Amino acid sequence: MDYQLDFTPVIDGLPDLLLGCLGTFLLAICGMLLAIVIGIGGVILRTSPYKAARWAMIGFVEVIRNTPFLVQIFFLYFALPLAGLRLDPTPTAIIALGINGGAYAIEIIRGGVQSISKGQMEAGLALGLHKAQVFRFIILKPALRAIFPSLTSQFVLLTLTSSVASAISAYELTAVSQRIESDSFRSFEVYFTVTAFYLVISWLMMRLFAFFSARYFAYPVK
Amino acid sequence: MGTDEFVFLLTGLKWTVILSAIAFVCGCLGGLAVALARTSGIKLLERATAAYIGVFQGTPLLMQLFVVYYGLALVGFKIDAWVAVATGLTLHASAYLGEIWRGSIEAVPRGQTEAAKALSLKYVSRMRDVILPQALRVSLPATIGFLVQLIKGTSLASIVGFTELTRAGNMISNQIFQPLTVFGIVGLMYFLLCCPLTIFGAHLERRFAASAR
Repeated sequence: MDYQLDFTPVIDGLPDLLLGCLGTFLLAICGMLLAIVIGIGGVILRTSPYKAARWAMIGFVEVIRNTPFLVQIFFLYFALPLAGLRLDPTPTAIIALGINGGAYAIEIIRGGVQSISKGQMEAGLALGLHKAQVFRFIILKPALRAIFPSLTSQFVLLTLTSSVASAISAYELTAVSQRIESDSFRSFEVYFTVTAFYLVISWLMMRLFAFFSARYFAYPVK
Repeated sequence: MGTDEFVFLLTGLKWTVILSAIAFVCGCLGGLAVALARTSGIKLLERATAAYIGVFQGTPLLMQLFVVYYGLALVGFKIDAWVAVATGLTLHASAYLGEIWRGSIEAVPRGQTEAAKALSLKYVSRMRDVILPQALRVSLPATIGFLVQLIKGTSLASIVGFTELTRAGNMISNQIFQPLTVFGIVGLMYFLLCCPLTIFGAHLERRFAASAR
């Protein structure tokens, strides 16, 4: 084995890679916001009295959960222009991530909503709390507390999944690294470094979420 | 889309199934080793496996495949794309299954270990006959859930250059310019592969929840 590791192209490409990280953050944050919107809307439909709406949501969730993200993003990439939406790869990737994350969010949020029993609300009203107070302290906060761990680990997963968006050449870290790789042929060095970047990104996200959880959802200790 | 194209997609599907099966079987063996090391009580082993799991759960599967693919070539293995992809997916599966099974091994009540020790069972027999049967039963829904994730993950092998279902779909779609039809069918094939597993996993989960009550 006479291969010499050479990280020079990686070091030269560092500014590009950092910009790529920003691209990944953009994809992840926009994808998450869209996923939350789809998740909440989906739960409303999923628990609505209309049978058709409920079944449509069940079908949507199962289709998304049982097909690969890569196939979903390809499908969307070709389907959106046919539907009259001509978008760049990056917005397309955001929509795909939002739809994918949204399907998982529906299931997670539904679990949280169902974890609040009706008696809790009645008890709150009986204690003389205002309706808004009941919603805020007795419905919303415990529900958020219940779903926070699974929702945030889903978000970390969504961020990692965003690397697949490079397949439709959206602007993010993996796409940038593929360009540097094809310019320099230092494949291992480039991908090894970028893997470390992703590790730092997901670690930071987990720390941030853990901080939020401790700050807002910890039970008061006497 | 003609019969030839459809048959080509079916060949891709066959490779997706084979790749998933290899990665799952090898991943089960690796995962078992990781789970046992993670719960071994030996500090060094536990730290090392925790780091292994952390790295694989904290990075994208696509990057893992790239690193393994080019890393193996670097250390002098001249290998086919499919061997590299199978290796990458196996390492990936070992980490996830190791973490799933660690949780279920720890979920087995402590008294079981103590009772087995009191009966003077040695480690191998204690694990094989007492702890693991209970742990694996509990972990079955999550394990099947991960199998579905793994099948979907094999689609990334297409980016590395291995012709499985997604890449077959890509090639056909470039040939006949009907991307929606092609990827619709490809998606349907994945769905038909994964959905029964998902339903089976949910069924097991409900049954275990009912029996635990």
